Amino acid sequence: MARANTLLSQTVSDNEAVILDEWMQRLRQAGADQGGRINAAELQTQGRDFLSILKRTLGESSDVTGAAFEPLRELLADISRSRAIQGYSPRETALFVFSLKQALFAAVARRKDFSAEQLAQATWEASTMLDELGLHTMDVYQRSREEVIVRQQREIAELSTPVVKLWDGILALPLIGTLDSERTQVVMENLLQSIVDSGADFAIIDITGVPTVDTLTAQHLLKTIAAARLMGADCIISGIRPQIAQTMVHLGVELNVISKATLADAFALALKRLNKTVVTAKTPQAADSKAAG
Amino acid sequence: MDRIPILKLGRALLVTIQVDMHDRLATALEDDLTNQIVKHGAHGVLIDISALEIVDSFIGRTLDTIAAVSRVLDAETVVVGMRPAVAITLVELGLSLAGVKTALNVERGMALLRQRDDQPEQEDGASAG
Amino acid sequence: MAPAPADSTVLQIRSSDDVVLIRQQVRARAAEAGLGLVDQTKIITAASELARNTLDYGGGGTMAMTMVNDGLRRGIRLVFDDKGPGIADIQQALRDGYTTGNGLGLGLGGAKRLCNEFAIESTVGVGTRITIARWK
Repeated sequence: MARANTLLSQTVSDNEAVILDEWMQRLRQAGADQGGRINAAELQTQGRDFLSILKRTLGESSDVTGAAFEPLRELLADISRSRAIQGYSPRETALFVFSLKQALFAAVARRKDFSAEQLAQATWEASTMLDELGLHTMDVYQRSREEVIVRQQREIAELSTPVVKLWDGILALPLIGTLDSERTQVVMENLLQSIVDSGADFAIIDITGVPTVDTLTAQHLLKTIAAARLMGADCIISGIRPQIAQTMVHLGVELNVISKATLADAFALALKRLNKTVVTAKTPQAADSKAAG
Repeated sequence: MDRIPILKLGRALLVTIQVDMHDRLATALEDDLTNQIVKHGAHGVLIDISALEIVDSFIGRTLDTIAAVSRVLDAETVVVGMRPAVAITLVELGLSLAGVKTALNVERGMALLRQRDDQPEQEDGASAG
Repeated sequence: MAPAPADSTVLQIRSSDDVVLIRQQVRARAAEAGLGLVDQTKIITAASELARNTLDYGGGGTMAMTMVNDGLRRGIRLVFDDKGPGIADIQQALRDGYTTGNGLGLGLGGAKRLCNEFAIESTVGVGTRITIARWK
């Protein structure tokens, strides 16, 4: 084992520049620097760093899963993670390690001083090492993608539930798009927290932009309304589509749900309950600001 | 045994629950409040639970009972300051506290009670529907 | 019944003060597990219901608390054990409004709704074990 390792180690340190050239050529042939996500110089730097650490590591150990390989694994993890975030495919990401195989095999094959047995041994060592590193790359890639997905889900959930203040004591939550159970939960928590933060008496949930509501989501909405009532605020639902109205009735809406056809109607009702009225301004120059009356 | 203090504010009683209530404490509060309503002829009871981190079915039932008993004694109960997480949990648990009036904070709760005092002829059914 | 995992904390449930103590311990552990405020409140409330059941119907018992950590999911799992009379009809016990005592009958069904995981094993005359978990 140690002997084969020395052979591989020797091969890498003697032919570093040649291996790097050939490796980069392979990568370019496979289109690794296409698409503008990484340029040739960056790729070259990554390759050079990888080879120089590999050279150092092989001088110490041949155990790919051992501690000596840790720096190399870390470098690969960094590369893999950045590619996952940049949107590389798994194939493109794995290519970085696997295309080194051919370059390394060629370098081993060119060693005239190796016996046939030594050649086979060195090739086998190189192959198992690169396979292991390739798998490691994929592991990190997969994990990074999952992290990206989880983060995006959270961001979408937060972005899609803006609570806006219409007036002192009146909040509105315009919902747009399909409401799944998880999103509704985020909506619910956001709205209730906003009620506390702003001391609102009324919250208008406008679902004009919601195409369908399944029973679970309708239930969530009703729970939100019930929770708001427990906190001391009233909810008004506006913009209910016909089929949503049916869903809600089938659920047996016994809660004190106030609903209005449009957001404007709901707003008017909330203002009325707060003893506020909207009047048309008398002077013509103030006509623009009549909505603020 | 320790008890939760009850303050008199005009014609209303104010209870601020600041400790994690065990069951005996909740039951004691129910008894104390009932006695105090009669003693002071109170028209309203404000229970501030903004410090409570959880309300389980026992505490919820106690609040419901207090509201029902005070209504019999012609006093309105308003539970104020329930936290969002507590409200969500109570709804999930299946408790709606239907007989209890609610308000965001003590100030709003007081306003609600004053409103009731101002229109003595209008009975309970006048709530927002 | 499987033995409790190594990192579990076992608490006694013998009085209504223990129920309060359990809420505090569950809160600390739930926060440590990284649960959000709403999830924390849900599991604490469920624990409070089940601890009271253990006390009122099981004649006291124990609660064991462990962390859940399997990759993407993190949270806590609670196991309530008692050596009480057991539950003859579990389906009936889970139904809202059903009670053999003087409670609201929301304890079991309510606790179930507040958790991601709910399991109940009971043998009449031997005891009851209820396992719940909440994760994010």
